[in-house]
Amino acid sequence: MTIRLGGIIAGLGITLVLLFWSLLPGAYNLAFGPKPEQQPSYAFYEHGHGPKGGFSFDGPFGRWDYAQLQRGYQVYKEVCAGCHSLKFVAFRNLQQLGYTENEVAAEAATWTIPSIDPTTGDKVENPGKPTDAFPPVYYAGQGVPPDLSLITKARHDGSNYVYDLMLGYGEPDPAKAAKVGFEVPDGLYFNKHFPNVTIAMPAPLSDGQVTFADGSPNTTADMAKDVAAFLTWTAEPSLIQRKQTGWFVIGFLLFATTLAFLSYKQIWAGVKPKKR
Amino acid sequence: MSFAWAKQYEPQTAVTKWLDEKLPLPRLVYNAVGAGYPVPRNLNYMWNFGVLAGFFLVVQIVTGVVLAMHYAANGLVAFATVEHIMRDVNYGWMLRYAHANGASFFFIVIYMHIFRGFFYSSYKAPREMIWLLGVVIFLLMMATAFMGYVLPWGQMSFWGAQVITGLFSAIPLVGEPLQVWLLGGFAPDNAALNRFFSLHFLLPFVIAGVVILHIWALHIPGSSNPTGVEVKQESDTVPFHPYYTAKDGFGLGVVLILFMTMVFFLPNALGHPDNYIEANPLSTPAHIVPEWYFWPFYAILRAFTGDLTIPFTGITLIPAKLLGVIAMFGSILLWFILPWLDKSPVRSGHYRPLFRKFFWFGLIPCMIALFICGGAPAEEPYVIISQIATAYYFLHFLVILPIVSQIEVPKPLPFSITDAVLGGDKPGSTSGGGAIPPESVVEGLPGTATDGSLQPAE
Repeated sequence: MTIRLGGIIAGLGITLVLLFWSLLPGAYNLAFGPKPEQQPSYAFYEHGHGPKGGFSFDGPFGRWDYAQLQRGYQVYKEVCAGCHSLKFVAFRNLQQLGYTENEVAAEAATWTIPSIDPTTGDKVENPGKPTDAFPPVYYAGQGVPPDLSLITKARHDGSNYVYDLMLGYGEPDPAKAAKVGFEVPDGLYFNKHFPNVTIAMPAPLSDGQVTFADGSPNTTADMAKDVAAFLTWTAEPSLIQRKQTGWFVIGFLLFATTLAFLSYKQIWAGVKPKKR
Repeated sequence: MSFAWAKQYEPQTAVTKWLDEKLPLPRLVYNAVGAGYPVPRNLNYMWNFGVLAGFFLVVQIVTGVVLAMHYAANGLVAFATVEHIMRDVNYGWMLRYAHANGASFFFIVIYMHIFRGFFYSSYKAPREMIWLLGVVIFLLMMATAFMGYVLPWGQMSFWGAQVITGLFSAIPLVGEPLQVWLLGGFAPDNAALNRFFSLHFLLPFVIAGVVILHIWALHIPGSSNPTGVEVKQESDTVPFHPYYTAKDGFGLGVVLILFMTMVFFLPNALGHPDNYIEANPLSTPAHIVPEWYFWPFYAILRAFTGDLTIPFTGITLIPAKLLGVIAMFGSILLWFILPWLDKSPVRSGHYRPLFRKFFWFGLIPCMIALFICGGAPAEEPYVIISQIATAYYFLHFLVILPIVSQIEVPKPLPFSITDAVLGGDKPGSTSGGGAIPPESVVEGLPGTATDGSLQPAE
């Protein structure tokens, strides 16, 4: 009885404290207090929709489009790599994109890797080897360009996010901007798909900027899709292997669970009454 | 202890006879989860979740021990070693996804197990000790999961550690030094990461120890059942093996399909994208949220937005943060006195019309509201909803349950489990009653047929 009485008193006490010191003041504030300030940039944010038709690796039966990944790598190398590193990816990993071992070695050699000469202690730059990771990037401008190895996993719906971000650049509607008092700060750029619509990165892609050896289309949207696919691969090289393994596992489990169900029914047959 | 009619272990071979004399481990297993443990015959699928929880504990320990072989608990490289596991360790991605989603599934099955206990009042005498040990396991699980989430050393790891250890700073006088002592510094850093890794490795084995006590305590009165009527006779029970091993095996298969679907097709759906950004003490994420399984309790923590003051004097008795911390810990600690709050002699919610209404239309919506609010940013309307839900949560356990158990008129209970399953078993009728003679229930076990087949002896 004491426990129950104590419980009732404690329960009522907590409720009263919550009601009179938190809930009612909060409700009063909500009803009569000042409205919470809304950032003017909210008026411009638009949710992206990703590329038309999605990516080849989407869905449970997704596959890599190796030609697309190779194009995306070229976009990264010629455009993104100026500011963004890729530190968790090694050149040897590029073999997964369909390059041969020799091609990877030749490709790695086109990059320079900062190092220290062990005999002189001087800073040197060596050509890359397949075992090297992509080199660090030092950036002096405004903002901190993030490492791109994991970018598509570090953003919600990351593959589409990268694609949309590439295509979100433009100018805010001047009439609307004047109305809500919004200005793009100096040194920043307007991007309607970036959460607060101003981003330190200038529009990286423009139509025809990268020329693909196979003559694939190189509009901004095409290149954005290619580089988003490539960065999906860098974030999770095992993506397709994972999905394919998953089908084997689920298939086996469906079979095993069916057997488990049948043995359960058989074992219980003598014990379970028919439904009354 | 067991029921008088429990089957006895009889070693068949010379080796098992020898073993039984020296160390009767097979006998222990036989009596714990074998044919020697008589279990009510009417258990529904809600009774599957204890076994599933044990399964996921094993999954977590096995995957975790292997992951620990490739991980380094050092702030400089922890994030990179996790990526090393994901990229360079053979099937490391599978291990890590299984471990991360395994934690989520561990909590899913534990919540089902706990709410089974709430609905069927599994905490009541004579099973209070099982319940108390279960609450201890749950608290240990929460600590383990929290520290495990810190190890990848992503943004949510770091800021989660900052927020959760910051809770202790709300304690008067000793709070701030306590937080510094817990973290080994003024902010989460190498010292915190190292001790969290050490404890994250240790605690699962402590959990396993308490699980053994939990199961031991379970075997004193035996399993509860959906009618809440205690076992009276042999016909009320079936041996755990093969009946419930078969049924739980099927349930395990279904849960494994769901688990593997998450691991292989949606491995990051339950995580936060920010945790793929390396920890950065200089950049606070827009919304710091814990893992989904903490959301209801996080909502209770944040529900207290105002200090407890003496009106018109400006004197603060208890700051809002401390109120939230007290309420959050209190919301789980009150489960320890639950067996003594709910004094209704009837266990099962099926026979408690009033209790059942409060359970389905009070507690369950309240928990869902707390869950949603805990994962949402601290904005209206979530704040007010979480406050109402928090108030209901405490009222439900501390006020409604004691009063309901006093005033409720329960529905008539079946005479026995056999009566509930088959009908016709009444006081004074033949032992075992029912339509099926007891021989076919207990004696006719697979494996006891004279030809040694797995068919029940006819």
